[in-house]
Amino acid sequence: MAINALKDYVDNDRDAVENFHGNQVVYIDWDKHRLFSGALAFPLPPSMPFAALVDELIPSVWGSHPLFKAIDWGDVEWILDDAPFSPDRAASLVENGIGHKSLLRFVTPGDNGIAGSGS
Amino acid sequence: MAAKRLNMRKRYEALTRGMGWETTHQPMDKVFPYDTYEGIKIKDWDKWEDPFRLAVDSYWKYQAEKDKKLYAIMDSFAQNNGQLNLSDARYINAMKLFIQGVTPLEYGAHRHYAHLGRHFRGEGARVACQMQSIDELRHAQTQIHTLSHYNKHFNGMHDPWHMSDRVWYLSVPKSYFEDAMTGGPFEFITSVSFAFEYVLTNLLFVPFMSGAAFNGDQATVTFGFSAQSDESRHMTLGLEIIKFMVEQHEDNLPIVQRFIDKHFWRAYRVLGLVAMMQDYMLPNSPMSWKAAWDIYFTENCSALFDDLGRYGLRMPKYHEVATAEAEHLSHQVWATFYNYGHAAAFHTWMPDVKKMDWLSEKYPNTFDEYYRPRFETFREMEAAGERHYINGLPQLCQVCQIPMVFTDVLNDPTMVSRRVSIHNNSKYHTCGDGCRDIFEFEPEKYIQAWLPVHQIYQGNCGGSEVSEVLDWYNFQPEDGGEYVGSADHQRWQEWKGTAESVSDDRTQAHAS
Repeated sequence: MAINALKDYVDNDRDAVENFHGNQVVYIDWDKHRLFSGALAFPLPPSMPFAALVDELIPSVWGSHPLFKAIDWGDVEWILDDAPFSPDRAASLVENGIGHKSLLRFVTPGDNGIAGSGS
Repeated sequence: MAAKRLNMRKRYEALTRGMGWETTHQPMDKVFPYDTYEGIKIKDWDKWEDPFRLAVDSYWKYQAEKDKKLYAIMDSFAQNNGQLNLSDARYINAMKLFIQGVTPLEYGAHRHYAHLGRHFRGEGARVACQMQSIDELRHAQTQIHTLSHYNKHFNGMHDPWHMSDRVWYLSVPKSYFEDAMTGGPFEFITSVSFAFEYVLTNLLFVPFMSGAAFNGDQATVTFGFSAQSDESRHMTLGLEIIKFMVEQHEDNLPIVQRFIDKHFWRAYRVLGLVAMMQDYMLPNSPMSWKAAWDIYFTENCSALFDDLGRYGLRMPKYHEVATAEAEHLSHQVWATFYNYGHAAAFHTWMPDVKKMDWLSEKYPNTFDEYYRPRFETFREMEAAGERHYINGLPQLCQVCQIPMVFTDVLNDPTMVSRRVSIHNNSKYHTCGDGCRDIFEFEPEKYIQAWLPVHQIYQGNCGGSEVSEVLDWYNFQPEDGGEYVGSADHQRWQEWKGTAESVSDDRTQAHAS
């Protein structure tokens, strides 16, 4: 519904992609590993290859989780904006369909966090 | 024959109602431009029942007496180094959060009740708002004066106003309040006077004041008592405004219910900060968040809404989610601050063995299953010299601005609760149905939200390095991070002449 206001309201999206100096915001989360309390936000070039996200960005952040080293990346399931997703490692984020404010989750089957607690 | 004395009500009416008139140089709608556009219809402002019935002369007298007592206690607290009687210096971190997060809201309330004191058409309502405006200013002042003593001895309390405008976690209370202030006068007064000061106030003040009493903070207890009689007047105003609106016109009911639904949810989200204060930051906790929720929300509010049912009002939407979350809230919020402790102007730490056992006892359905394994891992990482901080910034909810950390407690408490809305082909993420509904009712408002994380990435917060952003927040290097080994901790140990129980805790944790 349109906002109820005294004057016309200017539609001003403060987080439009143009405001991020060529980057887009991508949210990433590791399901059921709440040692990291929630998804993280990153400003990433849309042309960044998916491989760089998996091989460099994710380990630089989640690498401190005690279970991270045990991840078998061949088994990992990806979920992009709530739908199952098969990334192309060589393709860019945008070519993979990862857009501004997309949420990318990775799931490690059989690993539900420390002692199965979701942490 | 002497004139008959007026009773209090008549006297108050004589002092207030005569102050209004029908304007002739300008139409009333131009003189009072804000009190109709929300759709609230008022047929007769004279039906307003004055909740305060306190004229300025007696108001001044009461407040002056209270101030005299309060300032005498503050003086003696300072002269006797009252900070040394605290249960533990960890306690002060709750007061840091109070002055950073709550005191600026008191000042905001002062400003906006002054605005309402000008802009309601009915003079009874105007006078009530003017009185409350003065109360709120006084609360901000007494809090600053009381806590200034701690500012001399502990870090993180030096610049709350600047911090309130800029810091990521303080955008949570600030954005709630500004959401209310940028609504119309009826929405603001429903939000602050009813949803916050009536429905939820006991969940803020009781834990803070009894927490202060349990932890040797006589100064805070005193400002709490000094504010309490004002708060009861504010609660009366909150109830009066709700009844007044729904009695005035039947069209008002759905609007009022929507205001209640929205602002209950927004205020409740802010209280996540209180939940963690109660369960984790108080060395001696008088009551768990869950126990407080059961009494002050579930019991008291069911009774309140039973009463309001005859006006057609029902319990706020999603109250059952809030009740289910009561078993998880404090743990999730504290874990988040622990994750980002390097970017907060108060300290965080892991609970010791005794505290963890207390949490297990108070949260038998959740603590051992979901949170103890996480916290014990944090302790092990800490013992190995790898105290855990997240090297990245969180995704935030578009409405409450809290990191997206709340889980789907009704279905699977290990899965994060998320909603996404599309507006003009852009995605907006919210933390659950409560915030999603608020967004979708007025997306034009919330797409403008100043989300701290996105602002950092847009280059508006002093730089792209964490250290540059913290400078921009005016944090000092000793303000945040781990409590153990902090300057506050070291100073406390020097005062008390102890090397304290930290290492004992550690030994116990590993022995258990």
